[in-house]
Amino acid sequence: MTPKKRNSLIVVGAALALVLPFIVSNPSHQNYLILVLMFAQIGVAWNILGGYVGQVSLGHVAFFGIGAYTSTALLISVGLSPWIGMLIGGIVAAVFGTMIGWICFRFKGHYFTMATIAVAEIIQVLFTNWEGVGGAVGLYVPMDRQGWGVMVFNSKLPYYYIALGLLCVTLLGNWAIEKSFLGYYFRAIKDEPEAARSLGVSLTAYKLVAIAISSFFTALGGSFYAQKELFIDPGSVLVTSLSVKMSLVTILGGVGSLFGPLVGSTLLTGIEEATRQFFGGSGMGIDLIIYALIIIIVAIYYPTGVLGWIKHLLRRDAKTEGGA
Amino acid sequence: MNRLLVVDNLSKRFGGIIANEDISFHLEAGQIVGLIGPNGAGKTTLFNCIAGFYPPSEGTIRFMGNDITGMSSPMMAHLGIARTFQIVRSFGSMTVLENVMVGAMLRNKSVSVARERANDELEFCGLPARANVAASNLTVAEQRRLEVARALATEPHLLLLDETMAGLTPSEVQDAVCLVKDIQKRGIACLIVEHVMEGIMPIADHMIVLDYGRKIAEGTPAQISRDPVVLAAYLGE
Repeated sequence: MTPKKRNSLIVVGAALALVLPFIVSNPSHQNYLILVLMFAQIGVAWNILGGYVGQVSLGHVAFFGIGAYTSTALLISVGLSPWIGMLIGGIVAAVFGTMIGWICFRFKGHYFTMATIAVAEIIQVLFTNWEGVGGAVGLYVPMDRQGWGVMVFNSKLPYYYIALGLLCVTLLGNWAIEKSFLGYYFRAIKDEPEAARSLGVSLTAYKLVAIAISSFFTALGGSFYAQKELFIDPGSVLVTSLSVKMSLVTILGGVGSLFGPLVGSTLLTGIEEATRQFFGGSGMGIDLIIYALIIIIVAIYYPTGVLGWIKHLLRRDAKTEGGA
Repeated sequence: MNRLLVVDNLSKRFGGIIANEDISFHLEAGQIVGLIGPNGAGKTTLFNCIAGFYPPSEGTIRFMGNDITGMSSPMMAHLGIARTFQIVRSFGSMTVLENVMVGAMLRNKSVSVARERANDELEFCGLPARANVAASNLTVAEQRRLEVARALATEPHLLLLDETMAGLTPSEVQDAVCLVKDIQKRGIACLIVEHVMEGIMPIADHMIVLDYGRKIAEGTPAQISRDPVVLAAYLGE
């Protein structure tokens, strides 16, 4: 795809995203769209560390949870606007991520992944027993006030645009990284760590930069989730399955590519909703079985992700056109 | 005398195995030094100690007057020591140009400046036509050149070349010889581990011969080729 084609595709996509909630007026469908955007956003955030640097974390839910808890606790205790709470949550998560990274980057490959799972589990246990933030009961976002200042709304529409805005900011951040020396260093570390070191790239330092940025953006998603659901507890914002989903949307969509997580999220959330609607009524978990089957099939046949597969098709078409 | 690299009484042991024992030599600015020896002589171990790949068990390494013993390879790169790998390690997801840009970013983080520098190095190494090809699609000879270009982009004072000529055709070896001479003309010293004698003998100012982890001889290529100890090591007693 030429850059020009790509840019026009982005403009069309953005325009479509802006008017979409007016076309889809059913609140439950709108909720689906919000979920797509939210999982795309945290997927893009996860991708910075997992995709570009190749450090697969299955503990990212810890950052998501820290974001959710920080903004919510600050809103409840001192009435701080979630907009500022969201930023503070992001910074707290980035600092925490850097500390975790400093320990976990001593492990390589699968062992790093396992260490991140352990960290997330510890955080979940910690929050479950921490009465100050509601313990196992969780926290409710106060609903006495509504509007943009407190990020609480009756309708789905504002949430949709906030999710869209967050996704755009995260994509922009990711794009800026990709275009800067950081993007080159990240890919170099993933491709050939020893060669990168010989060119003066300190692996630990740049992995820490990546995890700080990645956890910051993941935490923004967590704060947003809290404001959208108006309730958080360890069972909803600190569950391992959420970490898995962040990585899944990215891996299915296309690891290490800017728009991969958006494609993956549309697909995965779509399959999730569709299987739930068609098969969920049975109460036997058939929806989950089919959901898992589709993931396995995609993983086997499109190892580069759906976006990689589409790119492959486009290239093949371009070749046949050129040959004709 | 302008001593760039001084290795003093260096030893490296892996458990009970002695890979290098009490090796001393030095290298002057702008000099080409060849490091040769039969298989298993400890050339690669010595090379890796100097490159910061692992710390020596004993002895010191000094570079431009600083003690760099046991320093990590990123720090060495900053000080001006660059290396290539025997088994090429190009960044597979990048183009040839982008590979070299990563090297250039050591001195300047601006992507456009790095791109310019990288283009210059590709030109220098005879790869300008391959700039936008995926690095994984290069021939062996081209991949070796890419490694050299990437290392040169870090603006080193000393370039460590690890068997850059292995597996090349005779005419490719000649091209490589010319490239090393051009590198020397830029004032960059080269320490070259090499098996291909016709690649190293004509260009080396100085040769060091290892056998069983020890230095058994050193001198000019002409002296080395007449040395009975060296001949015995290579041909057997």
